[in-house]
Amino acid sequence: MMAAPAIEIAELAGGKTAGLDGFHRIKVKERTWHELAAGCAAGHQDLGGMWFDSGAIQMLLFSEQQKMRAIVALAARSGVYPSVGCYHAPAIRLERALRDIHGTDPQGLPDARAWLDHGVWPSAAPSQKSGKRPARNYEFLSAEGNGLHQIPVGPVHAGIIEPGHFRFTANGETIVRLEERLGYAHKGIEALCKGADIDRAARLAARISGDSTVAYSFAFARAIEAALGWPVPRRAEFLRGIMAELERLANHINDVGAICNDASVVVLHARCAHLREQILQVSKSCFGHRLMMDCIVPGGVSCDLAPEGRGAIEQLLKHCAKQFEAVVHVYEEAPSLQDRTVTTGIVRPALAAQFAAGGYVGRASGRKFDTRAIFPYAPYGLLKFDMAGRSEGDVDARLMVRVDEVRSSIDLIRQMLELLERGPIRGPAPALKAGEGAAMIEGFRGDIFIRLRLDKHGRLAHFHARDPSWFQWPMLEAAIEGNIVADFPLCNKSFNCSYSGHDM
Amino acid sequence: MRSLLLRALIEGPAVIDRPEPDSASVSELARALADRFRQRLGRSLAIREVDAGSCNGCELEIHALNNPVYDVERFGIKFVASPRHADVLLVTGPVTWNMRQALERTYAATPEPKWVVAAGDCAKNCGVFAGSYACVGPVSAVLPVDLHIPGCPPEPLDILKGLLALIEASSA
Repeated sequence: MMAAPAIEIAELAGGKTAGLDGFHRIKVKERTWHELAAGCAAGHQDLGGMWFDSGAIQMLLFSEQQKMRAIVALAARSGVYPSVGCYHAPAIRLERALRDIHGTDPQGLPDARAWLDHGVWPSAAPSQKSGKRPARNYEFLSAEGNGLHQIPVGPVHAGIIEPGHFRFTANGETIVRLEERLGYAHKGIEALCKGADIDRAARLAARISGDSTVAYSFAFARAIEAALGWPVPRRAEFLRGIMAELERLANHINDVGAICNDASVVVLHARCAHLREQILQVSKSCFGHRLMMDCIVPGGVSCDLAPEGRGAIEQLLKHCAKQFEAVVHVYEEAPSLQDRTVTTGIVRPALAAQFAAGGYVGRASGRKFDTRAIFPYAPYGLLKFDMAGRSEGDVDARLMVRVDEVRSSIDLIRQMLELLERGPIRGPAPALKAGEGAAMIEGFRGDIFIRLRLDKHGRLAHFHARDPSWFQWPMLEAAIEGNIVADFPLCNKSFNCSYSGHDM
Repeated sequence: MRSLLLRALIEGPAVIDRPEPDSASVSELARALADRFRQRLGRSLAIREVDAGSCNGCELEIHALNNPVYDVERFGIKFVASPRHADVLLVTGPVTWNMRQALERTYAATPEPKWVVAAGDCAKNCGVFAGSYACVGPVSAVLPVDLHIPGCPPEPLDILKGLLALIEASSA
């Protein structure tokens, strides 16, 4: 590692006002770039994403204590820039992916392997200038010792799961090392967005990770609204919040059941899956689509909530609250279940903090971060809720954070239904113009970040989305170490990282 | 736990009635299977699901087939862990270049007779991802497809109707 003094973003952004979207924009020279990277490693700020646009390498830095977010840009016309990963490990996979897609050259990056490019694309990615392609054989990190054996799993798994490869090195039943290899679901979404109009890009953004389609549409809409100065009516803000919380509710309840299923308590899984189904059916009756795909659009929402819809949601919440508490009661009273979840797959708080692991993964390991509370966006500024949190960092803690969030989501939807006023659901579209916008939204899995730039015709000149999974997948590798192979499904389900959201 | 089980007994089942097989699927299958030797599956299907690059929306709805409302095992439809146990590959997503080999190998590992069902708009025509440098094309660009189930994502009931049509067609 190169030595550079560590600095905080607050020192650079202090006194200046942030953009309308809440993000500071700072252009830096190479020396400051080094110092900011060292500042990440020293824990002064968190790294929230990296992308390459207009001949500049850019990164999102944020600090929950200072409540400050900054987009830092360093001119790198030829794509050569000083690596952040050589100071701060969470940047390594981001930089490997950027190198595959854009041909950037992070100087000093300690991992020469490709990440998203498996060496089988017929041509290099469109923005990749150099024709250099990675080798098809991928060298996994080694583990040495007596009696070690490797277990390769995937990309096609045993269940109905997304594609990814896990390489376990085990000694008997005990896992010594897990290394993930991802990128199988890479669809080139950022390149597809380039030059697309807003409607098409919105449809693509909604399909980055299907389980978080509402959250992605929400983030995309807010970034477009920031770029164009598009006002959103009050009613639409609450409807967005209701959809976002319904999505969280459906996913959290389902995953609580799925974790219990992986511990062989099938009856809880059936209960939870039934609840999820009921939530999706109400979502369809209220908003026209079971997953509420494409329901949030720039400027507002695409469908209004009918008066009878409100009653249906209220009834659903009452039913969910009662049924879900019965499930939680069984979970808490079943020692055979707790035996599987307590002390299994521990993520140390220091590691969760270093990687700025979002969502329940971070909050179960003492990281007090929830975008809705730390960087509130409409409608959450008007609502009351307690941030869930645990510090044990095991499967049980992640599950219990979700249990608490189910309870708070039910309460949040009730608050929003109370505050819902009549009015328009979409603001008048402003004239198309060049602009830039960013947004951070708390999806069920964690903080989703989108940054985009529009050209003067209102088409997307640049689009970048960062799924929370980028900073959660590495936690899974760490959490599983020292656990037995048979506990991997349980651990994996307690994370439930997105493959598609990560691979893009 | 006991009260939960007791309540399930009192409340009764949550399942819906058997839907009619999808007629469009029946005719697509009649064409697909016309010149192939028809073999009886004993009115059951073992399915291996393969995500060839989807956004995971289709996976959510395929998962829902196993919930107490659709409960597909009552129709003899079962999701299996290995392609070696499967009659049907249920494939989702536009096929990405990075998944192509895995999909081909999964197909090769599935014993004859076998059927391929492409679920979702992406599997049918790449959906919104058409034209990407990272996608090979729809499932039919890589494997022979017997049945397409459209939708973004297809709802569980649509998937169920398609699979029931497959059982009828293959055992006719």
